[in-house]
Amino acid sequence: MRVLVQQEPFDFGSEVEAFATGAGGAGAVVTFTGVVREADSGAMAVMEIEHYPGMTEKALEKIASEAITRWDLTDALVIHRHGRLVPGDQIMMVATAARHRVAAFEAAEYLMDYLKSRAPFWKKEILQNGAEDWVAAKSADEDALRRW
Amino acid sequence: MDVLYFAWVRERIGLPKETVETSAVTVAELIEELKAREERYAAAFADLSALRVALDQELAEFDAPLEGVREVAFFPPMTGG
Repeated sequence: MRVLVQQEPFDFGSEVEAFATGAGGAGAVVTFTGVVREADSGAMAVMEIEHYPGMTEKALEKIASEAITRWDLTDALVIHRHGRLVPGDQIMMVATAARHRVAAFEAAEYLMDYLKSRAPFWKKEILQNGAEDWVAAKSADEDALRRW
Repeated sequence: MDVLYFAWVRERIGLPKETVETSAVTVAELIEELKAREERYAAAFADLSALRVALDQELAEFDAPLEGVREVAFFPPMTGG
């Protein structure tokens, strides 16, 4: 299991390559990448991601460990960035490896659902006109946890 | 104990971290103490349904006891991913 919280960009291709190579015995590798999209309210210049150093790493490690145990994963990877990002930038990625694809897919969804609502990150959108707005948590994100 | 604020809670109170001397037994009591201090605290803690709390970096409830806790953090619901 690898959990990385970092400001700098990551190389999705080489991360996936290394993860798939290292996931011994896995018959399935699933990956997800989150990308900064334009704000709903207009042209976004910057997305600022704040986090809680220390708690973030602990929360992500706990979520990843639970996924590994529950779906008997051979490995899991979580990378999440913080700081100033612009539309098109990759914010985060998860990768899961399991013997069979259903487990790998489900575990990846579980990781995404939990790190949306249970990992201490907060996003702020800064529009091109200078307006700033904290992104509000969606009740749908909280509801998504109930299926697990 | 150290009290940390994140996102709009940090902006509203105007600082990321402070050391607080308190005899509060629960998180809720600590919040009442902070609210009584100044308007900016009262504003930040006006709607607890919009807030979350972590004790020593673990999510907790507002009625949780503070005994032995070294770090309390207040923040809005998280928006990772």
